[in-house]
Amino acid sequence: MLEVAGLRAGYGTIEILRGVDLSVGAGEVVALLGSNGAGKSTLNNTVCGLYRPFGGAIRFDGGDIVGTSSMGIVAAGLIQVPEGRRVFPNLSVRENLELGSYRRGKPNRRRNLDHVVAIFPRLGERLEQSAGTLSGGEQQMLAIGRGLMGEPRLLILDEPSLGLSPLLVEEMFDMIGRLNREGLAILLVEQNVVQSLAIAHRAYVLENGRIVLSGQAADLARHPDLRKSYLGQ
Amino acid sequence: MLDPGILFAGVLNGLLAGGVYVLVAVGLTLIYGVLHIINFAHGSLLMLAMYAVFFLWRLSGLDPYAALPIVIAAAFAFGYLLYRLVIGRLSHGRDENILLITLGVSIVIDNVALLLFGGDTQTVETPYASSFVRLGAAFLPLPKLISFAASLLICAALGIFLAKSDTGKAIRAVARERQGARLVGIDVDNVFALSYGIGIACLGAAACLLMPTYYVTPSSGNAFVLVAFTIVVLGGMGSFAGAAIGGLIIGVVESLGGLLLGEQLGQIGISAIFILILLLRPSGLFGARQ
Repeated sequence: MLEVAGLRAGYGTIEILRGVDLSVGAGEVVALLGSNGAGKSTLNNTVCGLYRPFGGAIRFDGGDIVGTSSMGIVAAGLIQVPEGRRVFPNLSVRENLELGSYRRGKPNRRRNLDHVVAIFPRLGERLEQSAGTLSGGEQQMLAIGRGLMGEPRLLILDEPSLGLSPLLVEEMFDMIGRLNREGLAILLVEQNVVQSLAIAHRAYVLENGRIVLSGQAADLARHPDLRKSYLGQ
Repeated sequence: MLDPGILFAGVLNGLLAGGVYVLVAVGLTLIYGVLHIINFAHGSLLMLAMYAVFFLWRLSGLDPYAALPIVIAAAFAFGYLLYRLVIGRLSHGRDENILLITLGVSIVIDNVALLLFGGDTQTVETPYASSFVRLGAAFLPLPKLISFAASLLICAALGIFLAKSDTGKAIRAVARERQGARLVGIDVDNVFALSYGIGIACLGAAACLLMPTYYVTPSSGNAFVLVAFTIVVLGGMGSFAGAAIGGLIIGVVESLGGLLLGEQLGQIGISAIFILILLLRPSGLFGARQ
């Protein structure tokens, strides 16, 4: 579904990704792991059309999307829930969700809103409240809900567990698993190695702009290098 | 001591004048809210729109009120294209650059206007220019009454558009969270141009409503921009409601100042409010507290 090949990208003249290969198939949860500064967000933002890559190929559904605007990429159904949530603080929860279907999924806006509220009942209780007044966990739910409003074919979740309490982190990973069981393909970009590997089918480890490990999530969870660098074992 | 009847008339006249200030200030605050810059070309573009109303009347006899739809549409198109072709292109994505470009644009427009139209004052003559409506002790000029009502209606329509339509929501979303807006597929550059166009369309409306009672020269815009800037600071930068309430307050202050201190010295009230707001509540009446 998503195929990234030999991707080189960065900001200005600074190259951050130095040839990344990665793919996500239909119905898969793929985890992209890596510490701060490994290049995870650069990868996301380049895939989503916010930055133009220096080189390499990005294909979505078989079509080349390098150079496609962020609008075109959303319209194709590749939707990112960004790190730091990026909800619209001055708009109500309902308006945030409505804008999730600004470019895609507008005909089914009402039905999808009901669906999102069913997944996140807390948002349903706060529909008329402005998004800036929500707690961090609620804002994360809103950001994911807003992403779902665009009827994604592939959802990229960038650090969804960042800044959440352990209990909420647990809830968040459960929810990601449920969304996947409904058939949604997910690229999960995380620092939280153990829980990500528990719900992912496959995983990649990004370090200094290169993929250093990849494979089935269950195999990676037992890999000695990964245990050493990320779990201190 | 002033006669209460005169005071009453002064307040009403101030409110009526404030109606058009609201339109000018709403345009300025909308552009500020979305682009995060003061549009220095605001006064020059208002002046240009006033000349447009004047020439429409002079060349085809079109009444300024009847010209509203045409001038609003033309002003929107002019603002949209000015952003797309000049401001957005030269800014290279930096807000500070936009500030300087609008300043440059205003200097060019002012001087081209002086070259083409000369420095004489021009007025539109309408049959209703000297009609009055009596309200208690106050005699209110009919054109000012019409302008006031039309201003508030246009502002209300714009407010509903911003609150209810998808485009309006996108404009408000871009004002606070550009990255998030890109990620839901909003064309952020287009929203910038639309917002600038709408801000200038407000000036087009204001020009139509001003011309029956006002005159135009190449420097007409300056007076309004100073007032509009004070209103925007008073109401809170970027606040739509603040601009609306602030406009009416400033209209009354100016009118009462003129009544008590004379036409020239009366302007001092506006400057005094400006200084007081900066000293006591820099975020304005409706601005977010820092």
